Amino acid sequence: MSRPESGVRPPIRYDVRITDTTLRDGSHAQAHQFTEAQVRDTVRALDRAGVEVIEVTHGDGLGGSSFNYGFSHTDELQLIAAAREEAKRARIAVLLVPGIGTVDDLRRARDAGADVVRVATHCTEADVSPQHFGVARDLGMETVGFLMMAHRTTPEDLAKQARIMVDAGCQCPYVTDSAGALLMHEARARFEALIAEVGDEAWVGYHGHQNLSLGVANSVIAAEVGVKEIDGSLCALGAGSGNSPTEVLAAVFDRLGIATGLDVTALLDAAEDVVRPYLHRWPKMDRNAITQGWAGVYSSFLLHAEHAGERYKVPVPDILRRCGELGLVGGQEDMIIDVALELAREREQGR
Amino acid sequence: MPREDAEFLASSASKAARLAPAGVPASGTLRFRGVGWPVHAAGMDAPAKVPAAIVGPGNIGTDLLAKLARSARIEVTAMVGVVESEGLDRARAMGVPASAEGVDWLLAQDPLPRIVFEATSAKAHGANAPRYAEAGIRAVDLTPAHLGPMVCPPVNMPDHLDAPNVNMITCGGQATIPIVAAVSRVVPVAYAEIVASAASRSAGPGTRANIDEFTQTTARAVEEVGGAQHGKAIIILNPVEPPMIMRDTIFCSLPPDADTDAVAASVHAMVERVQQYVPGYAMRAEPQFDPPSEKWGGRGRVAVFLEVKGNGDFLPPYAGNLDIMTAAAAQVGELIAADMAGDAAERSSTREAEVPA
Repeated sequence: MSRPESGVRPPIRYDVRITDTTLRDGSHAQAHQFTEAQVRDTVRALDRAGVEVIEVTHGDGLGGSSFNYGFSHTDELQLIAAAREEAKRARIAVLLVPGIGTVDDLRRARDAGADVVRVATHCTEADVSPQHFGVARDLGMETVGFLMMAHRTTPEDLAKQARIMVDAGCQCPYVTDSAGALLMHEARARFEALIAEVGDEAWVGYHGHQNLSLGVANSVIAAEVGVKEIDGSLCALGAGSGNSPTEVLAAVFDRLGIATGLDVTALLDAAEDVVRPYLHRWPKMDRNAITQGWAGVYSSFLLHAEHAGERYKVPVPDILRRCGELGLVGGQEDMIIDVALELAREREQGR
Repeated sequence: MPREDAEFLASSASKAARLAPAGVPASGTLRFRGVGWPVHAAGMDAPAKVPAAIVGPGNIGTDLLAKLARSARIEVTAMVGVVESEGLDRARAMGVPASAEGVDWLLAQDPLPRIVFEATSAKAHGANAPRYAEAGIRAVDLTPAHLGPMVCPPVNMPDHLDAPNVNMITCGGQATIPIVAAVSRVVPVAYAEIVASAASRSAGPGTRANIDEFTQTTARAVEEVGGAQHGKAIIILNPVEPPMIMRDTIFCSLPPDADTDAVAASVHAMVERVQQYVPGYAMRAEPQFDPPSEKWGGRGRVAVFLEVKGNGDFLPPYAGNLDIMTAAAAQVGELIAADMAGDAAERSSTREAEVPA
């Protein structure tokens, strides 16, 4: 794979760069029903508040609109183009999950105005990503690598996977806690392992979920040990009980004296006045979402499990726990129906 | 994933021992676990078999050899590689002539094989295919070269019995396209989507380096072979231990007035047909029907959940994704061989079975 500017890290102006994923991870919580007006309003508010990177894509990445994950209300390319128009300073990022989206989707997203691509694989499968990093760099895009479900492998192995991504042209591999399952010492060990392995060539990032209420706490640890890119979402809008709230990160880092370039007041207004009115529901740590963090289940499974639970009359926490036992990974949303059917059968048989 | 480079941590030594048990004569009487076809002993009143070669002696080629060794119509007369390998030794241990001299050696044989199964790489098949064609040898292509029509045995093979070169699509395609076809025979399918989940250990470096090839090829085949107006394919690799058995989910949109009983019956009939060459192909549950919905443009949906357990011939049973490729390729070979033998009865019964349920 080609590696133009190999080892060149994108410039980061402050101590930490915040990427807001309200319009991507939040797509899960909104069942992928974002409208163009919502995207424009949100991007404008984030841009004004100094957020440097704004991610806009179907929750499951480019090409995610499907039976399996839910169809988009508005074509993501239209949303990306709208975001690009609204952003004066911010870069627009897109998510790409190899196996779901392709390099053709990436080229279309680039044409629509995407500046950054975040290529996401399960934490042990980074070797499906070099094709996509290569094309992204050829397109002149900034590259981020998402090692999803990072709790499912050791810090040492996660660092090896980050190495595969960086060698393929990734400028910032992420510890991606898709299940919101990483405890603080576990998160720290992963941050340190990645920085030790690739820190001379690439930044290291962290993407948290609030299922165990640790997204913000882990972000603080991340900043302390040298992680440079951290994700948040306004009103925590994201899968499961949502992401580390961007407005909380801004306030906490401000208090810690860690420079982010963010305007806390503007973000509080953005969360309260722009995002909150369109929330289908405010992501919260309820029984189902906590179960996800506890059992290590991909956060995006939440709404699908709730739907299957209702349809097949089985308790949602039981579905989620079974998903954890089976070791399902991100993208296997179809298995949720299978699990619900299995639980319904077991109940019928009185097991 | 139909790749020569499939990697398995399972001990190949013990597998080889199982393939060629000590003291068993190499006279066409080898009996393998899960035998699906009658094995003809030498000298019995058996029809003359069609000679065939396997090019590419890796895991896929070896598994295919084990399956073809059970064939009543095909005799593997050569296993061909480009370097000496365990795969060539395994073939020799089964009494199959094997050479590391490549296609040059194969084309110097007399008589020539009439069918060649290519289990190398797209690049190698691109180079070899014109030479097979020139020699009048029919090619069954398990690589992503896609030079000939894409075939799925119970769906469209009868249409391509005369093609000089046929392509086996992808593992996920072989598992899911029969179901898409079963539905589209009953009702128009505006959109079909397949999700294939495979064990990480069953996906080799070739597949991983070009995973887009899987999604793009499979999506195209869902349309062109499966009969959906629009197709989408998704593949997920799961590293869980012990390795997960291959799973496939097929979603098809349905017209609001679809006869769901007829759809379900067609799906059941198709599953039985695939089971004839992949015994471990099974539905996890009855087809699930969802009523028409606004979110689906007023259409309904059927979802079919499959498990594809391999036969464990050489590849481990969890690698149903690889097994269904070799099993489908063997079945394609059977159909071509039957056609070559002018077996009119066989051919007409195959065609008859193509009538929609």
